[in-house]
Amino acid sequence: MRIPLSWLAEFVEFAPGTTPEDVHAALVRVGLEEEDIHRVELSGPIVVGEVLDFVEEPQKNGKTIRWCQVRVAPEGETAADGGESVHGIVCGAGNFLVGDKVVVTLPGAVLPGPFPIAARKTYGHVSDGMIASSRELGLGDEHDGILRLVELGLGDAEVGSDAIALLGLDDSAVEINVTPDRGYAFSIRGVAREYAHATGAAFTDPAEAFSRPPAREGGYPVSIQDSAPIRGRAGASVFVARTVRGVDVSKPTPMWMSSRLRLAGIRSISLPVDITNYVMLELGQPIHGYDLGALRGGIVVRRAAPGEHLTTLDGQNRALDPEDLLITDDSGPIGLAGVMGGASTEIGSTTTDVLIEAARFDPVSIARTARRHKLPSEASKRFERGVDPNVASNAADRVAELLVELAGGRVDEETTAIDDAEQPSSISLPDGYVSRIVGFEAERDETIAALREIGCTVDDSEPDLSVVAPSWRPDITERADLAEEVARILGYDRIPAVLPVAPPGRGLTPAQVIRRRVADALAAWGATEVLAYPFVAAEQNALFGAPDGDTPESVRVANPLDATVPFLRTSLLPGLLAVASRNTSRGLTDLTVFEAGTVFRPARGRSYGQRVLPSAVGRPSAEELAKLQDGIPPQPRHVGVVSLGNRLPKRAGEPAVPAGLADVLAAVRVIALATGVRIDVAQGRHHAFHPGRTAVLSVGGALIGYAGELLPAVALDADLPRTVAALELDLDAVIAAAPTTIDASPIAVMPAATQDLSLVVEQRVAAAAVLAAVREGAGDLLEDIRLVDDYRGAGLEEGTKSLTFALRFRSNDHTLTAAEASEAKLAGAALAGSRFGATIRE
Amino acid sequence: MIVSEPTPITEEAVSAAVDAALAAVASATDSATLKQVRAEHTGERSTLARLNGELRNVAPELKAPLGKLVGQARGRVNQAFSAREQELVLEEENARLAAETVDVTAVATAYRPGARHPLTLLQERVSDVFVGMGWEIAEGPEVESEWFNFDALNFDADHPARAMQDTFFIDPVDSHLVLRTHTSPVQIRALLERELPVYVLAPGRTYRTDELDATHTPVFSQFEGLAVDKGLTMAHLRGTLEHAARTLFGDEAKIRLRPSYFPFTEPSAELDLWHPTFSGGARWIEWGGCGMVHPNLLRAAGIDPEVYSGFAFGMGLERTLMFRSDVQDMRDMVEGDIRFSQQFGMVV
Repeated sequence: MRIPLSWLAEFVEFAPGTTPEDVHAALVRVGLEEEDIHRVELSGPIVVGEVLDFVEEPQKNGKTIRWCQVRVAPEGETAADGGESVHGIVCGAGNFLVGDKVVVTLPGAVLPGPFPIAARKTYGHVSDGMIASSRELGLGDEHDGILRLVELGLGDAEVGSDAIALLGLDDSAVEINVTPDRGYAFSIRGVAREYAHATGAAFTDPAEAFSRPPAREGGYPVSIQDSAPIRGRAGASVFVARTVRGVDVSKPTPMWMSSRLRLAGIRSISLPVDITNYVMLELGQPIHGYDLGALRGGIVVRRAAPGEHLTTLDGQNRALDPEDLLITDDSGPIGLAGVMGGASTEIGSTTTDVLIEAARFDPVSIARTARRHKLPSEASKRFERGVDPNVASNAADRVAELLVELAGGRVDEETTAIDDAEQPSSISLPDGYVSRIVGFEAERDETIAALREIGCTVDDSEPDLSVVAPSWRPDITERADLAEEVARILGYDRIPAVLPVAPPGRGLTPAQVIRRRVADALAAWGATEVLAYPFVAAEQNALFGAPDGDTPESVRVANPLDATVPFLRTSLLPGLLAVASRNTSRGLTDLTVFEAGTVFRPARGRSYGQRVLPSAVGRPSAEELAKLQDGIPPQPRHVGVVSLGNRLPKRAGEPAVPAGLADVLAAVRVIALATGVRIDVAQGRHHAFHPGRTAVLSVGGALIGYAGELLPAVALDADLPRTVAALELDLDAVIAAAPTTIDASPIAVMPAATQDLSLVVEQRVAAAAVLAAVREGAGDLLEDIRLVDDYRGAGLEEGTKSLTFALRFRSNDHTLTAAEASEAKLAGAALAGSRFGATIRE
Repeated sequence: MIVSEPTPITEEAVSAAVDAALAAVASATDSATLKQVRAEHTGERSTLARLNGELRNVAPELKAPLGKLVGQARGRVNQAFSAREQELVLEEENARLAAETVDVTAVATAYRPGARHPLTLLQERVSDVFVGMGWEIAEGPEVESEWFNFDALNFDADHPARAMQDTFFIDPVDSHLVLRTHTSPVQIRALLERELPVYVLAPGRTYRTDELDATHTPVFSQFEGLAVDKGLTMAHLRGTLEHAARTLFGDEAKIRLRPSYFPFTEPSAELDLWHPTFSGGARWIEWGGCGMVHPNLLRAAGIDPEVYSGFAFGMGLERTLMFRSDVQDMRDMVEGDIRFSQQFGMVV
């Protein structure tokens, strides 16, 4: 909402020298947030001039200029720039006549831009100033020619007088952000009242200032016939109609009005429309004007019938919904109530008689219609937030008076006034309640005074106050609302700071601790954390969401920002690959990035959410809550790692180490360490991964993820080099398996015996399986075993390999003999032999 | 009468052997040579060893004086060798160490610089501030039911506040699922799931349909605080926020409350932070929204607002990082350029 300050000053006293910034600061204190300041940045001398004479001079460039003699000061007086009273000015426009009053910017003036004006030589003359167009003055976008004051009804302006004041260009507007509860702040009336609350300045309620004695009944026939009220509330509760006859719609809108409308951000359209907008801005009451001559029979306010259509003012033919509230006459729909009028009864150039409508429509009904037809209008914005039901009559009278004053005509004595508005009910405010909420002692007297200041009626005959909110504050419905009103009038600065003492907490949950540790460990290991958006294409989910090409179920966003990625990710890898690609395109080609985040994994064959939600008036039943919870799709946290380029760059004396499978398998070990969970690695398959370089990861036999090198085609598709290693696992599943405590084993201190063992097996046998067999066969004396070599080639039978293990044996009660160690080793080799046909390589 | 043979153990002979040995000690310049000459001069075949062996043949009355003569000579020689050996070993070790010198600034290591993302680090930092006050960290889903995201938070289905939230809806729309527009649904979840009193902080990812630019991102994060207990007032809200502000921004930090509107709080306030170390100079900065928990919200969780009261607040984590760490462009936080995270390392 933009508030022209001259308008505000009509209803609230301004201290001398009050700046727009001061007004902002005052309004912020009472809860109206500042947005911006609007003013025309220009300075004089800018005066009214009269064109005395001009000569048209065709130019070589095809243009014709006019060399004008313009009177810019009364004869015999000095002009505002200190020059002669008649200036010679070159003008490119051709839309004016001798004798026209125009706006002349004299040398020394500055127009918005900034565009300083000086006498300058052009087209063979010295142009001593400029005749201005509306656009150059910041008055509008019209640039068809210069501004003729007669078009603004200012043909009588005195030559040489200040045009800045004449055109209202010295006014400025503050823009405020109006929160959805404060519908009344969408009016000068409401903001003036708030300014008075903030500053203590005297306030005159414009609704009262324009209050007129009730007119006679018997105006235009109107009836409200709502057969399908929404939530039990009739679509219209107030409907005031007044008739003005014999108006001249061609009269120009006076400058004071159009200037304020412009500052308020509303375009001037025609005098009758400008008047209705003006009164809406002033009082907050949306007004609609009908061409009375186009109306057919009495007005009926009703819901739309199925199949009905309406052409609205914007020329759109709209199919109506049975929930839409309509203004109708005998011809059918003539307006979408409170949202937009119809084209058939629009006030036009031939209109002479006008019917003025000032109504109060149900906020919910208007909100739904405005949303349904995507028609957020100045009117609907106000109705949705609630319009003061008691201001309609004053607003209609004010419009009628302005029409008479500015467009001629006379007002019918009869009026139509339907008023079924619900009056606000009384709220009990227990003694001491406000203090208990705001945390400072709000005295009874100041509480009552604050409530009365905002317009409440307060009955203080009992210890507990009985408060009725003013008609313009439908948002005040319970005592908590009253506490806020008192607090903001007394000032939030009075709230002291007291630190509450929470009961002893349990700290972070084990899962929260582990998540942090995993991220810290991966970062310390050398991966960089990134946070990708979760929006992906169907193909990306198909590629990474399942290992076998089976398209996984996924969640789709109904209104994505980017229609090419409407799904929520089922895997972290698409996001990580996009991040990797962005980095490589920026020359950062050695990368290990990771993300720990949510993926969205709806189960196959079921739907989520629910069509009808439980009421939020009280706690839903256990059954309803369970259903709500069951309707939420599973959203596990995963960890993903992508590594490419060099794991270690070339260094002095050391070659580069390329990233690859080893890298992501190391990351698996890092995660296993950080979680305390044993993660098993086995040869595996995933359709996005290299068929021979993919590990399947499991915990306790349950699949938790994959690690490996991507298929080169997948990597190239992501604009990445051929070798990209990737890992993704279900972190929640790992955390679920994490031990809560660790039982320590005693540390044996007897001397160790170390031996090597080389076993020949077929190449297809996994080293880890051979190792496990040796470990099992060797028994308790084997303290540690590591694979130290995998040899294939000369000296071995085709298709076999030799695996060499380093074994460390130890007993916890005596020094082992070489024979004991050898015996254990051979037992291990024997088990590997029986399982995999492993033979000892001599 | 037994005429004894003249003994070869003479002072001259001993002295000559000692002189020869000491000369050899002096001439050895490395420990290997020294070892070799030591064998020559003190070994079994050395002169001194031979003279020592002759002691068996001397007359008993001469054994003592000659023994002393030879013994002292051998002692002297051995001592000279030992001293010289120590000297040479030290010299040689020093030479070796000198030879092993490297440029420590050019040593190849297997270290790679990793980093946490500053947003997650800041989220952890903020969480720790509240955990330190005895609060717990609550969580909730990102795809959320409208009941938790709106209805239970006192957002009427037809209220303009609901339309203002720029919501991502989940298909089909009548499933009433959304990408949560704020972390506030966790408030309701906490009140439904936990025993009173409740003191929880809910940090997490949130979504609104804003196009990405320097100051907006459709995917962002918030942290939301909720306390519901007997006797809580706006003074407790201010006290909690001031404590958090000082912990995160230094002792000079303070907060200011301005009246505002949120459906789920009444009274409501905008929260400004006095940022004492802001890069452009200390100033007030809009930090978030807060207020007393709306009675309707307590009712939706089955809590009697006549008995319990509470306060809640919510701040944007991206915004907090921007003015705390002087991040100029929101896009730096979301694009995943490793240089952004690596500026922070593991510290925010």
